[in-house]
Amino acid sequence: MTAVANGSAADRARAPRVVIVTGVSRFLGATIAARIAADPQVHKVVGVDRADPPDELAPLLRDVAVRRVDLTEGASSLVKLGAEALVHLAVMSSPDAEGGGRAAMKDQNVIGTLQLLAACQQMPSLRRLVVRSSTAAYGVSFRDPAVFTEDTEPRDVPRGGYARDILDIESYVRGFRRRRPEVTTTVLRFAPFIGPQADTALLKFLARPAVPTVLGRDPRLQFIHVDDALEILRRSVLEDHQGTFNVAGPGTLTLSQAVRRSGRIAVPVLEPAMHAAASFRRGVAGLSLDQVDLFVHGRVVDTARLVREYGFTPRSTADAFDDFVRAQKPGAVITPALVAATEQRMLDMIRSVRETRGRAGR
Amino acid sequence: MTVPEVDDEFDERVAAGLAFVRQRLSGQYQVDEFGFDAELTDQVFQPVLRQLYRRWFRTEVIDVKNLPADGGALVVGNHSGTVALDALMLSVACHDEHPAHRHLRLLGADFVFRMPFVSELARKSGATLACNPDVERLLEAEELVGVFPEGFKGVGKHFVDRYKLQRFGRGGFVSAALRTGKPIVPVAIVGAEEIYPLLGNIKPLARLIGAPYFPVTPTFPWLGPLGMVPLPSKWLIRFGEPIDTTPYADAADDPAVVFNLADQVRETIQTMLHETLELRPDPFAP
Repeated sequence: MTAVANGSAADRARAPRVVIVTGVSRFLGATIAARIAADPQVHKVVGVDRADPPDELAPLLRDVAVRRVDLTEGASSLVKLGAEALVHLAVMSSPDAEGGGRAAMKDQNVIGTLQLLAACQQMPSLRRLVVRSSTAAYGVSFRDPAVFTEDTEPRDVPRGGYARDILDIESYVRGFRRRRPEVTTTVLRFAPFIGPQADTALLKFLARPAVPTVLGRDPRLQFIHVDDALEILRRSVLEDHQGTFNVAGPGTLTLSQAVRRSGRIAVPVLEPAMHAAASFRRGVAGLSLDQVDLFVHGRVVDTARLVREYGFTPRSTADAFDDFVRAQKPGAVITPALVAATEQRMLDMIRSVRETRGRAGR
Repeated sequence: MTVPEVDDEFDERVAAGLAFVRQRLSGQYQVDEFGFDAELTDQVFQPVLRQLYRRWFRTEVIDVKNLPADGGALVVGNHSGTVALDALMLSVACHDEHPAHRHLRLLGADFVFRMPFVSELARKSGATLACNPDVERLLEAEELVGVFPEGFKGVGKHFVDRYKLQRFGRGGFVSAALRTGKPIVPVAIVGAEEIYPLLGNIKPLARLIGAPYFPVTPTFPWLGPLGMVPLPSKWLIRFGEPIDTTPYADAADDPAVVFNLADQVRETIQTMLHETLELRPDPFAP
């Protein structure tokens, strides 16, 4: 069995028979586990998470063998499963208030990945490793180029916890690549997820009626639609794509533009005040240093390598954002209809004033 | 008889203005990956700068035909005037005087992108950080890129050194042009030197506010905000013949070739400056 695993090119390209997916207690992990399980070439999908999946995800996981494993305690129980591919999605982008806050998040992200990769090293059958990373890997600096390609090295260590975790995770993956060069290792640097179902800290923040922004800054944002992220993940497991890829919707929206498109109101705040609010233990108003960094610097990546390798172009950032806005309608303060009505009212008013004046003049 | 027509024009303008505001308020406009907001630049920034360009500085352009009608090119100019108005006026010249109405994508120092408000305006007007990845990306996208290799050494130089080109650094801009095979268009800008004649530099104050220099001019800081009004000098902008970089395509990584080419560009601009200055004997001519 193991001898076959690293054989000919045709063999490399075939779909894996046994796949492990971590992080199946959350939407992304559960959905991708279900999609892979639905592929006829895949015999078995094992879903792993430290908590049991919530009830609403249970229907998705019908064909997935769910196991409760706390990766921070070690992942040796996964070694004997004969997995040919492993998808690591148990990476948290923001602290979970009930789940132990930032300390638990860092444990899960950094120690969890460390333990998982140690277990991967002992899996002779493993041919493919897919790791969730983030465009936060580029760090933040005023000397950064406007558009990051996969080869851009971070200049400064970012302030945000998630971005720091991502740098650690990628360094562990680099180590794994050196030790197991025959395993196809795919690192996917995702832009922030967006979509009608997506429920991240950043999106909750953007869904508020009044969105705090940094005074004097209008960062360029980029998003990836969850459906496109799932498609890229699916292809990464079933096909062979060695390397690191930016996964983002082409194009950009500025924060002010995004706030306007969703009918919200921007509330500019001085950067030091924003920084102070985010530095509190829980973060005031759900704000984190990751977001302050993003709201000062913005982040746009080049997706040419992704499009070339996968032959798939994710929908643009603007389209993905509009899909999110459609689902968020109730919270809008300034709707397009309201703006259009006001415009019409002003035009009518000017006309009526000028007509009465014209009559008086004659 | 003519009254209704004037009314119609007024109505149309009001309607167009309101439609513009509606589009802006609902976020329905395009911003490119560098943050360039073409609509905002054309409708708001350029009209303001145009007043300064036409009425205040009475700018005249020479040989605008040397600017390529399409395709990427690197426009290299002399930098002066304490505040970088020369970059903004050059962008008006490229847009207004050239038949293709091209947008000039300016390159700024990291200092520009560090400052709140300034960074926002810079990106929206099409500027980006002066670094090779950005320059090459813009040139490959067939944009017109404007660079002032003297940097702060040029804008912040003493009035007695006016129209003397400063050092050009290592010539990173040249290697970007070589790598992308785009021509270099030298530009001489006459007039910017006299807008804020720099007589001194209060270094401790500059350090305090994190600026590269704190200028002292005949009017600033003595007259307060009034001292920030630029002197109405007469401006001439002259475009030189494009320098083809394709013969050096393989030498983008050869520092000696790059340095020599940068020096050649510098010499060309210096010569053009001297010639253009003779066309304008009186700095405050009408």
